[in-house]
Amino acid sequence: MIFSLILGFLLLIIGLYGMLTQKNLIKIVIGFSIVDTGTHIIIVSIGYLRGRTAPILDGAVDLANATKQVVDPIPSALVLTAIVIGLAVTALMLSFVIKLYQKNKSLSIDDYQELKW
Amino acid sequence: MIKRIFILLALLGLVLMFLPFLKDFDFHEELSDLSSQYVEGSIKDLNTQNVVTSVIVTYRGLDTLGEVTVLFLATAGVGFLLRKKKASLKPRRSSELLQTASQFLFVLIILTGIYIFTHGHLTPGGGFQGGVLITTAFLLLILADVNLKFNHSILHFVESFSGAFYVMIGLFGLLLIGMNSFLDPAILPLGKFGNLLSAGAIPIIYSLVGLKVGSELTTILDKMGGE
Amino acid sequence: MISIIIIVLGIIMIVAAFLAIHLKNLLSAIISAGVISLLASVIYLLLAAPDVAMTEAAIGSGLTTIIFIFTLKKIKRGDLDD
Repeated sequence: MIFSLILGFLLLIIGLYGMLTQKNLIKIVIGFSIVDTGTHIIIVSIGYLRGRTAPILDGAVDLANATKQVVDPIPSALVLTAIVIGLAVTALMLSFVIKLYQKNKSLSIDDYQELKW
Repeated sequence: MIKRIFILLALLGLVLMFLPFLKDFDFHEELSDLSSQYVEGSIKDLNTQNVVTSVIVTYRGLDTLGEVTVLFLATAGVGFLLRKKKASLKPRRSSELLQTASQFLFVLIILTGIYIFTHGHLTPGGGFQGGVLITTAFLLLILADVNLKFNHSILHFVESFSGAFYVMIGLFGLLLIGMNSFLDPAILPLGKFGNLLSAGAIPIIYSLVGLKVGSELTTILDKMGGE
Repeated sequence: MISIIIIVLGIIMIVAAFLAIHLKNLLSAIISAGVISLLASVIYLLLAAPDVAMTEAAIGSGLTTIIFIFTLKKIKRGDLDD
């Protein structure tokens, strides 16, 4: 399905644009979450075959030639793990934002310039 | 202003890099060899109805172990960064309606979560989804400000027990079957296709993964939000 | 038929992504990000992947929004401006 591939790429690029141009720390983390969602849509839409059904073998699929009736199960398994890891990394980034705010009392990235030359 | 033009040019270059991928992308008409081998193996060897479950637990079991490790590291990082130092303010009591309704709903949501991860090999669902539902039940208690304190030691015990037991079941596969079957679910009898107690050790492994994910996400939410 | 639904949902998602980046009020930006995850869950269901749809609906538009709002609460507790 080529439309969902284009949608995934557009979300990836909008998320990258948000991460590069915004000054607020929380907006940068929101941009990271949008990049994550776009990547997962790209991976799942690669495994779609036209006219087939979900990879669960109950009454709708007869078992003799099941490999001609189901969608690819491997991208679903990979994306399942990736969604949970994305949540864990977002939670870690937000706790870093809380600690930075407690030190400097500012949410703008222009005030954290100690690592520049 | 110059910086913004450079950023737009870089993003345009990224679009031009992606364009040949979109132009000659032909969709498959048949399943690839690896996927058909997984689907056939799920019918013959593993007796599981949900092919995605058999891929996650058996054929890609080491990736699930790695994912559980990454979750554990993230929880440890959040717990280390956000230590509670100040004394909490005087807690407000919420209304009686909210407290009673949240205690009633808490039991129902936990039952739904347990149903989803024990039937992971029959219906769409599994360990991750059931674990997230259990976290939602505890989130309801945190938001309704019920005046019962969390027993943190029970959460720690459940999390460490399920993680250790998951690795031990994998090692049982090595001991009982052969030298290259870590996390093989054939250590328990395979049963009939479509029953609850079928598919070997897959329900047990997935239940442990669900409990571990649920308790870790509850710890993250408790550190970030609770008083 | 499925293509038309994916195109309509895609247009709403891209508008929500632009809003999530450019809005000034942080609470509205967080809720726009939650709307993106919810519509992505519907697209996963149309692409015949029910497990991924369940996980994305629970985690993306449930827990991620709640974690952002807890962060805002801890920041506003510190001192009383933005």
